[in-house]
Amino acid sequence: MTVQDIKEILECEVITKDTDLSREVHTACGSDMMSDVLAFVKDQSVLLTGLINPQVVRTADMMDMVCIVFVRGKEPNEDVVELAEERGIVMMKTRYRMFTACGLLYDNGLRGGCER
Amino acid sequence: MSGIHLHYDVPGDDFTRAGEASGSVKKALRQLGIPAEVIRKVAIAMYEGEINMVIHAYGGTVDVEVTGEDITMVLKDTGPGIEDIDRAMTAGYSTAPDNVRSLGFGAGMGLPNMKKYTDEMTVESEVGVGTTVTMKVYITPKA
Ligand SMILES: Nc1ncnc2c1ncn2[C@@H]1O[C@H](COP(=O)(O)OP(=O)(O)OP(=O)(O)O)[C@@H](O)[C@H]1O
Ligand SMILES: [Mg+2]
Repeated sequence: MTVQDIKEILECEVITKDTDLSREVHTACGSDMMSDVLAFVKDQSVLLTGLINPQVVRTADMMDMVCIVFVRGKEPNEDVVELAEERGIVMMKTRYRMFTACGLLYDNGLRGGCER
Repeated sequence: MSGIHLHYDVPGDDFTRAGEASGSVKKALRQLGIPAEVIRKVAIAMYEGEINMVIHAYGGTVDVEVTGEDITMVLKDTGPGIEDIDRAMTAGYSTAPDNVRSLGFGAGMGLPNMKKYTDEMTVESEVGVGTTVTMKVYITPKA
């Protein structure tokens, strides 16, 4: 799956400018607790979250993630968007809520990468 | 042996800037050609430590030493200190207030994550004086 596929599945609006939607993504993670995200490194490339502070971008950056999806139509301020642009991270927002957004991606073949 | 030394001051009063030092270290290590998995371990461990310095203490300093064999991070603060270090190291233990939790931290996973991603870690702390966390990540796995 690519970032472009996620955009279509979740009917996202892309927030960052000049971003590359062709990048391949393998696994995703949905959480509002950043330390939970940081606990499992398994090449997760997408972060779904309801938080919009700069630490979301920093967390994604430390994990080498390529895409952040904000659920429930949330949108961060300009500084946070710029932080993502500097790091080449694609930011999008979807109207879907967390459970549904994760379910739709799972249904389309995306996995968590650290399932038991 | 002498290596490369990096020093950062972490401001304690600005949560939005927490993680800047870790981001800079990540960039510097990439320029030095350190393997990506090693960089990721260092970046995550240092980031968790940096966040702790901001949310539980009042900021502090980070010193990073890079040699041919390993990367050492020393995070020092003059915050309230940790009364029971073993308890603090337990997954899920957190004294973070609700406002911190609403920012996405306070799961009690930071110190366990730091331990997990580093090859050596020591926490020294004195109540009312401060906390020093020292972590080492090997660049080449030791036999
Ligand atoms: N630098 C520090 N100064 C004082 N207390 C600290 C410091 N670092 C950690 N602690 C104490 O140890 C506890 C556990 O830390 P840990 O990083 O594991 O979890 P957390 O920061 O509360 O939550 P999370 O890291 O999941 O966001 C903290 O809640 C706090 O009480
Ligand atoms: Mg922590």
